[in-house]
Amino acid sequence: MPLISEIDFGTPASRSEKMVTLTIDGNEITVPEGTSIMRASMEAGIEVPKLCATDMMDSFGSCRLCLVEIEGRGGMPASCTTPVAPGIKVSTQTQRLKDVRRGVMELYISDHPLDCLTCAANGDCELQDMAGAVGLRDVRYGYDGDNHVKARNDGAINIKWSPKDETNPYFTFDPAKCIVCSRCVRACEEVQGTFALTIEGRGFDSRVSAGMHEDFLSSECVSCGACVQACPTATLIEKSVIEIGQPEHSLVTTCAYCGVGCSFKAEMRGEELVRMVPWKDGQANRGHSCVKGRFAYGYSTHKERILNPMIREKISDPWREVSWEEALAHTAAEFRRLQYQYGRDSVGGITSSRCTNEETYLVQKLVRAGFGNNNVDTCARVCHSPTGYGLGATFGTSAGTQNFDSVEHTDVVMIIGANPTDGHPVFASRLKKRLRQGAKLIVVDPRRIDMVSSPHVKASHHLPLRPGTNVAVVTSLAHVIVTEGLYDEKFIRERCDWSEFEDWAAFVAEPHHSPEEVEKLSGVPAEEIRGAARLFATGGNGSIYYGLGVTEHSQGSTTVMAIANLAMATGNIGRPGVGVNPLRGQNNVQGSCDMGSFPHELPGYRHVSDDATRDIFEKLWGVTISNEPGLRIPNMLDAAVDGSFKGIYIQGEDILQSDPDTKHVSAGLAAMECVVVQDLFLNETANYAHVFLPGSTFLEKDGTFTNAERRINRVRKVMTPRNGYADWEVTQNLAKAMGLDWNYTHPSEIMDEIAATTPSFAMVSYSYLEKMGSVQWPCNEKAPLGSPIMHVNGFVRGKGKFIRTEYVATDEKTGPRFPLLLTTGRILSQYNVGAQTRRTDNVVWHEEDRLEIHPNDAELRGVHDGSWVKLMSRAGDTTLRALITERVAPGVVYTTFHHPTTQANVITTDFSDWATNCPEYKVTAVQVSPSNGPSQWQVDYDEQARQSRRIAGKMEAAE
Amino acid sequence: MSLDNTNGKLVRMANQIATFFKSQPEAERIQGVATHINKFWEPRMRKAFFELVEQGDAGFDPIVISAAAIIKRPGGPAQPSEASEHIDSAMLEAGFSD
Repeated sequence: MPLISEIDFGTPASRSEKMVTLTIDGNEITVPEGTSIMRASMEAGIEVPKLCATDMMDSFGSCRLCLVEIEGRGGMPASCTTPVAPGIKVSTQTQRLKDVRRGVMELYISDHPLDCLTCAANGDCELQDMAGAVGLRDVRYGYDGDNHVKARNDGAINIKWSPKDETNPYFTFDPAKCIVCSRCVRACEEVQGTFALTIEGRGFDSRVSAGMHEDFLSSECVSCGACVQACPTATLIEKSVIEIGQPEHSLVTTCAYCGVGCSFKAEMRGEELVRMVPWKDGQANRGHSCVKGRFAYGYSTHKERILNPMIREKISDPWREVSWEEALAHTAAEFRRLQYQYGRDSVGGITSSRCTNEETYLVQKLVRAGFGNNNVDTCARVCHSPTGYGLGATFGTSAGTQNFDSVEHTDVVMIIGANPTDGHPVFASRLKKRLRQGAKLIVVDPRRIDMVSSPHVKASHHLPLRPGTNVAVVTSLAHVIVTEGLYDEKFIRERCDWSEFEDWAAFVAEPHHSPEEVEKLSGVPAEEIRGAARLFATGGNGSIYYGLGVTEHSQGSTTVMAIANLAMATGNIGRPGVGVNPLRGQNNVQGSCDMGSFPHELPGYRHVSDDATRDIFEKLWGVTISNEPGLRIPNMLDAAVDGSFKGIYIQGEDILQSDPDTKHVSAGLAAMECVVVQDLFLNETANYAHVFLPGSTFLEKDGTFTNAERRINRVRKVMTPRNGYADWEVTQNLAKAMGLDWNYTHPSEIMDEIAATTPSFAMVSYSYLEKMGSVQWPCNEKAPLGSPIMHVNGFVRGKGKFIRTEYVATDEKTGPRFPLLLTTGRILSQYNVGAQTRRTDNVVWHEEDRLEIHPNDAELRGVHDGSWVKLMSRAGDTTLRALITERVAPGVVYTTFHHPTTQANVITTDFSDWATNCPEYKVTAVQVSPSNGPSQWQVDYDEQARQSRRIAGKMEAAE
Repeated sequence: MSLDNTNGKLVRMANQIATFFKSQPEAERIQGVATHINKFWEPRMRKAFFELVEQGDAGFDPIVISAAAIIKRPGGPAQPSEASEHIDSAMLEAGFSD
């Protein structure tokens, strides 16, 4: 297993279809027009020396090392900036070139430290490689005189020298080793799109600077790692490489954070992870990463990780460490007892959207075949279940329509209720790149998110709607498109049911959907709605990207339908650059839905009442499957409070922190007799658990994740599970303890079972994934290469269905007691409930949740920036510190939910989406007032949590 | 009706579904509500639903009441006493096959 080395072609590939033939060093080669000579050479197998060029960004032509000679042309052009031309004859190695390159190298090295043996980049340094390549043997200038290398010159302070910047927790910046190739600066601009880095000064004074001569941590740097990856020297290098040394082997795997599903090379030394490097062939991320996937993996070895199974009789008892056998036998006996005592339907399970497809499949199989009911659900319930419902009803599939590459072909992007720079940062970078090329942007969001205005990105329209008015605003966009005749009649007649369209068109054309009427309830100026609608309908390829700001409402499913209507009406479905794209929250939330995690659906979104589908699984599993839908998570909690639901197996989900109305969740959990939590840490839900089964990280198991673009990506085991078992093995062992005859020896066998039972996965297997890299479902006889774009020649359901979307105000209304609207979200450095990211150095960017409040609202209440405030709703109250900002509109406050002490979900209510019970996280009526400290609830909660985390025989953790 | 107990929530959920289908073409309304509840409501939710409908004053939307006629009545074993006849450890070991 060697270290995977990727070829750097030096400049990006050309998209031209016109081919050009030329000769390089006597080799004839044909490449697309617009290809650089450097890239053409590399494709011919000839590596021209280079330092400032890399194929992740455009050529720059500054290092003067990649010079070539072209017959009949004077001088020595840089091969990175010179495009190929028909018939030219290029020489990459002549005496003149050798002399010039060696002279250039000599100058570089005269201002570079010679500590190669002890340098962290030793073995992975392009400068060293190039010195070798050009045959540098001497530096005639010596190392004295003007330089950036030494802190002191002859005892005097050297003002050109700067100390190492170690402020970023994950990488260091050592200006002494910098050759000012600008790769980091360009990576920050072109790949990440943040523009945090620059070159200050000129000539010999030039140096790389984060922001306005700031340190990296205080600058606008978002720690995506693109600059570190781009640096050809040890100037920007991972602290882990400094500490451990160079890796010796690597495997390609998939990030376990957000739904973008980036591919990484896990670079290893033995079983120690040295670093995660984004993989250029990764189809979702194309070689880019964010701070979470790139750096925030330290939780996997965090000291709070639980490695032994534990049980306890009552939740007030301390935990008792037991063997796996005892824990599983106890769990099996408890579930049997509960079913005997309270009925077959008194137990259930929750699958994890952080676990693999194979693991999720096994949990739902355990519930269906072992528990004998359909009481299985997953965290998609609380995020994207309306997407499944809405897109299923209109298009026929419960998934997004595009791949991420599609964004490269879009002309107008509409983002609704999503904050890509924070929630889906790698996608945001790809989107920003397209926007810098001229695509237009419409943002529909109550907050002025970064995408509205950031360096070289400016939204043409920002529709800052009142939380809860999505349906009204999106339907109003449709009103403008219909009444102004901007719809795509040809597309609609071909692909949709025309009479349904006519019904819908008449509906949206009603006067109460006009922008002028909708302005009154949404607060969005009518002209902005009209402008946005016209731009979207007429601006070329129109694509819609949306997030939880759409789904987590009482009308979440209705908004998804409204979005689908909009895409169909404008003909924006079925080709690159268009489509409806839900930005999925968790790494495998798409996969967990595909795998039959919902209580009404078997794998592949087939309802449990369908006899033919049940028959497939019944024959294979040798059991009878219930034809009745099971309980959804909120229904399970209701049933628990009512006394008919007594036991639950929760794999990798923290419902107590992530689900709304914490008090109701804790009451439900407290009413159960056997709560089994399988997780990495004693999470908040574990405070109410009777059995704790230690989980494994994504680094410790084989499997697959399916990202937001339906892409099935391999997860590869790079180290032994510290807890002893991968999560699929734990579930299998539990099934065995319950008497089921399961004998999977590898997750690939589970995938084979999925493929055999689920038509959209028919051709998926580990050997096929090995060959293809990744595939997007459906992947079967009809689409053997997978399906990057869906609904290409027609909708999956036949004809696209237009559905009327009437706006209904949520029951959650502001009033004299609760005059403000709270909406919630996430930030870049933290992920979901923070169980992982809080246990990494990412906390330097976000150590607590803050309440964003507009200056006017703050002044009215005597709230100062950074002061403690009490946040109250009809569900409960909590305290946190205020952050005064104009990003939120007056009347709206905002917070994140990454930290358990904040207890943001004590505030959120139990209102939910009409169709799916997806909670209404995004709208809660609240009041804010100054406060001195934590609420009584927080004090009590902390004490209960502390008590419930005691482990017999172990000292209580100091923190 | 209080929203804080399960029955209160059930009424609210049914009425939310009705509110959506009320805006749909007339022919689809009652069928839409019934299909939705049949597809997504677990038997004990439907059981409680019918008890509330029969009780008569739970506050259901008229469409919900009309839909009740075509909502599936839950059959099957829900009572502990019945279930105990179905479940013994031998069956659990074999996986359910009732």
